[in-house]
Amino acid sequence: MPISPTIAGISSPDALQKALTTAQYLASPDLATAAYLALALGKPLLLEGAPGVGKTEAAKALGAVLARQVIRLQCYEGIDAAASLYEWNYPRQMLAIRQAGDQFINIYADDYLMARPLLESLRDPQGTLLLIDEVDRSDHEFEAFLLEFLSDFTISIPETGTVRARTHPVVVLTSNRTRDLHEALRRRCVYHWIDYPSPELEARIVMTRASSVAQATADAVVASVNLIRAEPLTKPPGVAETVEWAEAATLLNGQGAPWPDAFRRAIGTALKDQDDITYMAPRLDEILPGEAA
Amino acid sequence: MTLPAPTQLLVSFAPLLRANGFAAAPDQTIGFVEATGLLGPTGIDDIRRAARALFAIPPDRFGNFDALFNAHFLGAALPQAMPGDDEEVAAYEPTGETTEMPDTPDDGDPGEEATATERLAHRPVIDSPEQALTRLRRLAPSQLPRRRSRRLKQDRTGRLPDLRRTLRDAARRDGEILTLPKRRRQTRQRRIVLLIDISGSMKDRSDSALALAHTLAQAADRLEVFTLGTRLTRITPALRQRNRTRALDRAAALIADIDGGTRIGEALTAFLAVPRYAGFARGAAVVVLSDGLERGEPNTLVAATQRLSRLAWRLDWLSPLATDGTPETQAIQAIAPMLDHLGDGATTEAISDHLLAMADAA
Repeated sequence: MPISPTIAGISSPDALQKALTTAQYLASPDLATAAYLALALGKPLLLEGAPGVGKTEAAKALGAVLARQVIRLQCYEGIDAAASLYEWNYPRQMLAIRQAGDQFINIYADDYLMARPLLESLRDPQGTLLLIDEVDRSDHEFEAFLLEFLSDFTISIPETGTVRARTHPVVVLTSNRTRDLHEALRRRCVYHWIDYPSPELEARIVMTRASSVAQATADAVVASVNLIRAEPLTKPPGVAETVEWAEAATLLNGQGAPWPDAFRRAIGTALKDQDDITYMAPRLDEILPGEAA
Repeated sequence: MTLPAPTQLLVSFAPLLRANGFAAAPDQTIGFVEATGLLGPTGIDDIRRAARALFAIPPDRFGNFDALFNAHFLGAALPQAMPGDDEEVAAYEPTGETTEMPDTPDDGDPGEEATATERLAHRPVIDSPEQALTRLRRLAPSQLPRRRSRRLKQDRTGRLPDLRRTLRDAARRDGEILTLPKRRRQTRQRRIVLLIDISGSMKDRSDSALALAHTLAQAADRLEVFTLGTRLTRITPALRQRNRTRALDRAAALIADIDGGTRIGEALTAFLAVPRYAGFARGAAVVVLSDGLERGEPNTLVAATQRLSRLAWRLDWLSPLATDGTPETQAIQAIAPMLDHLGDGATTEAISDHLLAMADAA
């Protein structure tokens, strides 16, 4: 794969970071660098991180920056070729055979082929971005199969022939790290671990994502979310939760709830586990953003 | 062929990584050199980012990696004794308190704490560990608990029609369907999470427990092994090694707190606090090998057990003291209602019998 330092007018990590900001995604310099390298080297980008740090959002923003349609393949255990590559439309084929009678009919024409995400992206590698989401949920068989796909970008359909991409499509893989991915798969990718953003960055994310929230509210929410994350919780709030909490509290406040109380009543958007809520309850007063007027 | 000096410096970083237990493949090195060229590089941070991204460094090894990086590119001194494991050392320390066990000046051996019960554990038992391990190895693939997978395979007595095969057959016979091939869902082995207490009170048992864990690691598809003491250590990667002596040596190198004190409650809490580890327990058969001589706060243990039992498919506690199934220590009495099974963990035989019988007991 040839190296192309400029992709869709983006020629450096900084330029990509700016473009992502325009697409409403605030990326850290590290993420922008990894994403830029993946694009320039023509390798898949593997994003790992805790749930809710914006892995999928990053892929979507990248799709927006490159003006490509995002094709998403959600992985699950037992996902196989029929769900990821292609499937023949069997009932239609059966009907066609019956109707044709004595006449010759090609039941393997494109009409009968249902393209699944991987094939879809191969057919239009310039216009699509392939997002393989939560690859850690799939099983080892699928991971091995993916390995083959990601190195050659070809799909062979026994009945018709091989579909080959003229150029490598842009591929983003995400993983929650519920299990270790195979070394061979990681090796083929450009890797980035998305961490929780710094408080300043997170406050800016809240402001970008939730237009109704005031700056002071965003700062206060981010400060208390960071306190909550320091606790040993079952499910520490992710960035998505921070945004929701700020939005929900602002909504309640607009309807007349006073400040600390609005945050308390909206706690369900940030903490989503009964044990966590019970654990935090005694100290909620000191942690809740109080003076966000 | 000689490389230009700056490239040589980049390329020679890969062998250093390899020597320190990172997997660095040649094409990753090529990617790293290309990536550095792409970025300018405008500064040392560019090279660092390129290296992290292209060598796919997992976040829990950043510290290790940065030390090597600084040593190679900035000439900093290399810290002594870099752990040379391929996977990762998982010594999670939840709070400052649990890392160091304030060894309360105790009367003698920690094992002597529950004197009445200890005699029970030391009664002569006919243990033939090798035989038990061979049996475990042979039977584990077929006897360990299984669960239904989402994957389908051809099966004559299955319930779901195999459309692809049906069509292929029909196309051969001018569209006549004579048989309806079927598929059914496969089963796969349930993950087993083995939590081994390696504190002083379990001293006599920990070696054979680790040997058992190694045998199980060889025979089972999905297994995670952790040791509990004053801290929590994941030893699964070490046990993948086939040779038992070498595997146990590697495991021993990872475990820093063998024969130390017990804070099992806090060790379990630490296990649950890492989302990734807690994920291992979800839907798994969790087996704890411990005498439950808890020195920490019992409430911590109770809370952790409660959560673990909700997360796991089943939670079994095998204690060398509970040879007749009755709770012996206070801590075990407190958690007994949350356990699916409280049983004998005094001998390798007893433990392996239980592991093999778990599927039926469910």
